[in-house]
Amino acid sequence: MSEKLLEVKDLLIEADIDGEWKPIVNHLSMTLERGEILGLIGESGAGKSTFGLTALGYAKPGCRIQSGSIKLDGVELVGKSDAELRSIRGNKVAYVAQSAAASFNPAHTLVEQFAESPVQHGNMTMAEAVKRSVELFRQLDLPDPEHIGERYPHQVSGGQLQRAMTAMALGSDPDIIIFDEPTTALDVTTQIEVLGAIKEAIKERNVAAIYISHDLAVVAQMADRIMVLRHGNLIEEGNAREMLANPKEDYTRLLLNVRSTRESRYDHDEEDIQLKVENITARYPGTTIDVLKNINIEIIKGKTVAVVGESGSGKSTLARVITGLLPPSQGSVRFHGRELTPDLRSRPKKDLQSIQMIYQMADVAMNPRHKIKDIIGRPLEFYLGIKGKQREAHVLELLRQIEIPADYADRYPAQLSGGEKQRVCIARALAAEPELIICDEVTSALDQLVAEGILDLLLNLQKELNVSYLFITHDLAVVKAIADEIVVMYQGGVVEQGTKAEILEPPFKPYTELLLSSVPEMDPDWMDNLIERRKRGEAPTAESIAQAD
Amino acid sequence: MKFLTGIWDDLNLSARIGLGIVAFFATFAIFAPWLAPYGESEIVGDVWEDFGYFSGEFFFGTDQIGRDLLSRLIYGARNTMALAIVSTTVSFTAGAVLGFVAATMGGRVDQFLSRIVDVCISIPTLIASLIILSAVGTATSTLILVIGIIYALPVFRIARAVAMDIEVMDYVEAARLRGEGLWWLMSKEILPNAMTPLAAEFGVRFCFVFLLIASLSFLGLGLQPPLADWGAMVRGNADGIAWGFMHPIIPAACIALLTIGINLLIDRWVHKASGLRDDQ
Repeated sequence: MSEKLLEVKDLLIEADIDGEWKPIVNHLSMTLERGEILGLIGESGAGKSTFGLTALGYAKPGCRIQSGSIKLDGVELVGKSDAELRSIRGNKVAYVAQSAAASFNPAHTLVEQFAESPVQHGNMTMAEAVKRSVELFRQLDLPDPEHIGERYPHQVSGGQLQRAMTAMALGSDPDIIIFDEPTTALDVTTQIEVLGAIKEAIKERNVAAIYISHDLAVVAQMADRIMVLRHGNLIEEGNAREMLANPKEDYTRLLLNVRSTRESRYDHDEEDIQLKVENITARYPGTTIDVLKNINIEIIKGKTVAVVGESGSGKSTLARVITGLLPPSQGSVRFHGRELTPDLRSRPKKDLQSIQMIYQMADVAMNPRHKIKDIIGRPLEFYLGIKGKQREAHVLELLRQIEIPADYADRYPAQLSGGEKQRVCIARALAAEPELIICDEVTSALDQLVAEGILDLLLNLQKELNVSYLFITHDLAVVKAIADEIVVMYQGGVVEQGTKAEILEPPFKPYTELLLSSVPEMDPDWMDNLIERRKRGEAPTAESIAQAD
Repeated sequence: MKFLTGIWDDLNLSARIGLGIVAFFATFAIFAPWLAPYGESEIVGDVWEDFGYFSGEFFFGTDQIGRDLLSRLIYGARNTMALAIVSTTVSFTAGAVLGFVAATMGGRVDQFLSRIVDVCISIPTLIASLIILSAVGTATSTLILVIGIIYALPVFRIARAVAMDIEVMDYVEAARLRGEGLWWLMSKEILPNAMTPLAAEFGVRFCFVFLLIASLSFLGLGLQPPLADWGAMVRGNADGIAWGFMHPIIPAACIALLTIGINLLIDRWVHKASGLRDDQ
């Protein structure tokens, strides 16, 4: 018996796209040996998930395995029925999905769900399963491993849930674990903890893993070998270290370069302050906790202020206060020196027009039953009174500005890709001819290269129209790319604010350093070194910050 | 014409059957006076004469007082369908508008409307309609209004629940931020996205109306005799079952068939509107 645990040869998977079978995995092959971690990387639509899941012999609904062979431990999976597949793969392959929150049943405790499969299959008794869960929870660095299993999914954090999911996958002693973007939904500071725990657990148990991600820097920390996929084709394959040091293909180089920092374009001109947030304290109706505590922020005309922080830091709430969706309990928002009414409903149209917003999830920010031309055309009509033929002409002009073909005007949002949708949302904001645009995590749902395109577009528009941005994000790479000024938020308060140079260059405040140090770098040793430094107390950790607080 | 063939091509087999059924009944309803062999209230034979089909005098026999059952069915199609469609439409318009208002405005408006509906819905349907109808009389327009209001209550609850799900979407927030008024939010942002569940509900409510009208007719407060309606025909002929007569089955079958036809059509529409492909 060879060491090859999984051998996929010349696999062709087709998907039904608008009634036509088109290849989405185009004659790809892979091998996986015991104890090896294979990274699959690519943008959405690259076929990386579809290809990664073939280790289960499984094709998603609407897809079919057309030809090729998948051998798991020497047994052919292609052409087997579902029941046969189940018995062949048994407990050999486990799967960890992107959203642990969606994969857990909210009505059962963690340990119940951990034990469900092994107990039902008669592999363990309940007591054994509980004992094993404690062992694995400990190995994955979950706090209070003896009792955390008694909690329900909503009682633990996102990062802990993702680790519990990994524990569940390890619970059945699989030979292969497939990780499908397990940390994409997490904050950077949480991500590194989860990655560290997963990596250690995998190495210790000598299981093989397929790690699927769009983030090359993350894959670099985890994988021994990397396959770069694009449109269902293999772009490049090789040892992780070699590939990062010396990428052979242009596309890989493009992915590598995404994170490079741009030059700061900020100079300290004394200009009119456009928006001033003064001593804002806010809480949601019916609660007693202040989500924002005494916030002061200034936005200068034509500049970009980036608000960074983890989930729960209050940065989106700040946007709600400025737009008037959530009237603050104290403080005021001034626009060109004039105080804005706290509640949106009593704001004059002119004020509403000058502050526009772009959302994180472009697909829910547009009404699925409206055509693109109506989505962009409505602000024109509503604020500027532009109707009929004139409106049509304006819409086309806006589409040109956001680099979208004119014939998209008659499409519905569902017919656009993620990046195109976000562009349309930008056009909708621009249509109102605003002075300030609040961008709430506008790139975090997008692939890196697409996000790059969106950021470029925003920067160009800023040059052209002299509009200011309040840019809310958790992604420091984005901040480096576009911000003039940075506001760092932590648990509802401002930790630090200043120009980009002031914030991003030493000396750092501890929380800023934690955030900055947690952003994965394109260095395969980065994570191991960082964890080492944190253990020695040379770099701040989330716990040390919370204690100092 | 091209538009119509386009719709036809778009329908699958079950929807075509549904369309056929609805068109069949609609034809009889529209051309009732020309298609019915006898008058609506004409007594033409004995009580419960046997089915004649193609040989005898009366195709479906005669009813409990000797009127031709087929003619009654044809006239009944007209009365019943018109009544059911109009009152269901009334209930959906009222229920959906108020439900959307409650969900969109929230707060006190929502509390006020919802509690009123809670109180009203706790009164049994039949008793409520009996009280109102005996107080205000049984003119057809009153009947439509009363049934419309009574069935608007459950529609309100569904419309409100659906609208609340939609109301939290970012695109509704975006419209609010733009400064759009209540009517725009309801008609342009919420309604198009709420159509699918509401349409599905429409298909179910529709047949409830037959049953309510039948109950009311039986108690003498529905459509007034000698006007024919299917529900009342089932009730009127029901005693015949005890003597082995099949007559009440016929109008009951008509109600069932029409309901199935309408639901087949609505199913197709819901399927299309939900954006699913045919193989899903």
